[in-house]
Amino acid sequence: MALQLRRKTHESIVYIDKDSAPRIMPFGEDFIIEDIPIGTRVIYPNPPIKGLPNREAAIRYAINHPLEMEPLYALLEPGMRVTIAMDDISLPLPPMAIPDMRQTMLEVVLDMCGANGVDDIHLIIANSLHRKMTAWEMKRMVGSVIFNEYHPDRYYNHDAEDDDNLVTLGHTRHNEPLRVNKRAIESDLLIYLNINLVPMDGGHKSVAVGLCDYESLRAHHEPQTIRDSHSYMDPPASELNHKVIRLGKLVDENCKVFHIETALNNKMFPDGYDILTRNEDEFSFGDRMKWEAMKRTFSNLPRAARRKLLHAIPAQYELIACYAGKTEPVHDKILEKNYQQYEIPVKGQCDILISGIPDISPYNVYSALNPLLVQVMALGYHFNMYRNKPLLREGGVMIITHPCFDEFDHNFHPSYIEFFHRLLPESRDAFYLREKYEREFASNPAYIEMYRRGNAYHGAHPFFMWYWGENGRQHIGHVIVAGAENAHVPEMLGWERADNLTEAIAMARSYMGRNAEITMLHQPIIGLCNVTD
Amino acid sequence: MNKNGQAAAFYDLEGTLVSTNLVHTLAFYAKRQQGLWQTAKKSVGTLAKLPFFGITDLYSRNVFNEVFFKSYEGFSQDRLRYFSEELFEEVLKPAIFPGTPELIAQGKKIGQRQVVLTGALDFTIDRLMTHLGIDDCVANRLEFVNGYATGRVLPPVMASATKAKWIREYAERENINLSDSYAYSDSISDLPMLSIVGHPVAVCPDFRLKQTALQHDWAILDLK
Repeated sequence: MALQLRRKTHESIVYIDKDSAPRIMPFGEDFIIEDIPIGTRVIYPNPPIKGLPNREAAIRYAINHPLEMEPLYALLEPGMRVTIAMDDISLPLPPMAIPDMRQTMLEVVLDMCGANGVDDIHLIIANSLHRKMTAWEMKRMVGSVIFNEYHPDRYYNHDAEDDDNLVTLGHTRHNEPLRVNKRAIESDLLIYLNINLVPMDGGHKSVAVGLCDYESLRAHHEPQTIRDSHSYMDPPASELNHKVIRLGKLVDENCKVFHIETALNNKMFPDGYDILTRNEDEFSFGDRMKWEAMKRTFSNLPRAARRKLLHAIPAQYELIACYAGKTEPVHDKILEKNYQQYEIPVKGQCDILISGIPDISPYNVYSALNPLLVQVMALGYHFNMYRNKPLLREGGVMIITHPCFDEFDHNFHPSYIEFFHRLLPESRDAFYLREKYEREFASNPAYIEMYRRGNAYHGAHPFFMWYWGENGRQHIGHVIVAGAENAHVPEMLGWERADNLTEAIAMARSYMGRNAEITMLHQPIIGLCNVTD
Repeated sequence: MNKNGQAAAFYDLEGTLVSTNLVHTLAFYAKRQQGLWQTAKKSVGTLAKLPFFGITDLYSRNVFNEVFFKSYEGFSQDRLRYFSEELFEEVLKPAIFPGTPELIAQGKKIGQRQVVLTGALDFTIDRLMTHLGIDDCVANRLEFVNGYATGRVLPPVMASATKAKWIREYAERENINLSDSYAYSDSISDLPMLSIVGHPVAVCPDFRLKQTALQHDWAILDLK
């Protein structure tokens, strides 16, 4: 009876009632607790699927029973050149507790390579135009034994600006160019180790995007492709995915790729912090004490210390599936598992969507979530976490909670600063910015050197971040930032600001009417809303 | 300044593109004096003046230049020129930062004119400029009387604001668009030069320049 009254249609969906507890929301590096209007639909992540008891055995089984390819041991011959490419620090999020999934995969694969007389092996991080990983991060990812043996000569980051080590594979039938890492493509066998966290990851994207150069990337990382992707988290409906598949086929024509993909559950936090993803109505006394302790600790720390603390909490992800073999069938199997973990059936769109912005994104690991990244998390990732139709009705209002501080990391995001302060005041039109400035930033000698020799994102990367929010920007009527500590950041992003969530909801209702349907994504959430009428 | 003109990249040299500074060059020449006595005298003298050079450089680059180049007084012109090749091979070439050739190549790739402005002496860097593929270069020039250095530098002395002034005149003369141009330096003394271009870049910056670069959101580059 009670469940019916609360219209509980799915275990991950809760409706706010008059006796409901207030909800915990991320607010940058902090968390706030807010009363939500009665009738609001709150969407939580699905409970984590139980992890496989022996992940090493699961990986070994997958590479010995691959899909549409011979087992890995049958592909290995003494004296052959093998390259093992792997995802960079943007996966998984937050970085998982050690041993990282890539370390386990590498231990199994390198062991097999050694047993089959293969010793010409390079390990390449497929960072594309992301920042290069630091030596410390690289060591953490693969463990000290592998790191000490391979780094720096045979374990390194991909360099999308190193002309001598890139090779052109040609064009797709739609004239999309592809130039990729020479060592990887000219190897007798390319093994890719993937971690799939969201449906956009993995598949052909791993090699065709992770190991390509700027010119190849700009063919699909552009505003029209993003506008035509509904959403880019739903591969069959994603124009971005279609383009990447075409490029992937070009890779397959030129190179033998053995893909190992893994799916993780969504156990993001260790036990002490798991209250952040749970229904507040079901909190025990102990849970409430945990929350109070956490809140007090966080509110007494300066922002930089809060960030450090958050970034020091490793995710507790567990392996729920591993498949190996040919890229496409492997990816299809992994996507099935992803959907099983993430998909939440949702009936009906909403008029007002509330989403807290946590300090977690693929682009700010160990650094600040700058205003452009707040934008990409809100209009890119959070908006696009749907299948069929967007959770928010067209012209609706999105409310986010974040301080929107004007802070950038000078080592990681130098070109973001110029993009934000020089370009956005001139225009927010993604097509205009791409046409007029993208190449200028991409060819900026200082940014290129900072990408190549330092740990900076490529000069063109802030443009991609802006395009990433393009379909959100076209679809949403208003974005209101609750709790923004300044006026200029929301204004430059084309958003409105409110002092707090109550004021933001009142503003949103003034646009959408008093009977507006409100939905809240209970962040942090890795969940994909399958929205039907 | 022509808004439709070509872009250029203006580089400081010592500490920016190479790891050596003016004192390395002076020490190199001090070790190659005529006779053991002269060599010992000049070498010890250079060594003894190091703290003084450091203090004056902290105070003002112009004052530093004035006292520093005094050390060249009495050096013969032909000896200075004769050893410049060896100076390049032994001191300057190994001191080029690993990222320097790439940075210059990137600039050339996008059609920028490559220009070096340095407080070093002209004859000491000719070979280095050719080696790096620099299009234009301006350096300090020693005054010579009867083939011997007087210890004075011929004006304009390339330092601080003089570099900025020279860039403005150069841009006017060569149809350079300063808004699209880049300037690279490691030292706060080059703040005027960094301030007049659209893309200032701090390269391996000293503490004060790093703070300035952070405050103004300038790119900070490490070519080492």
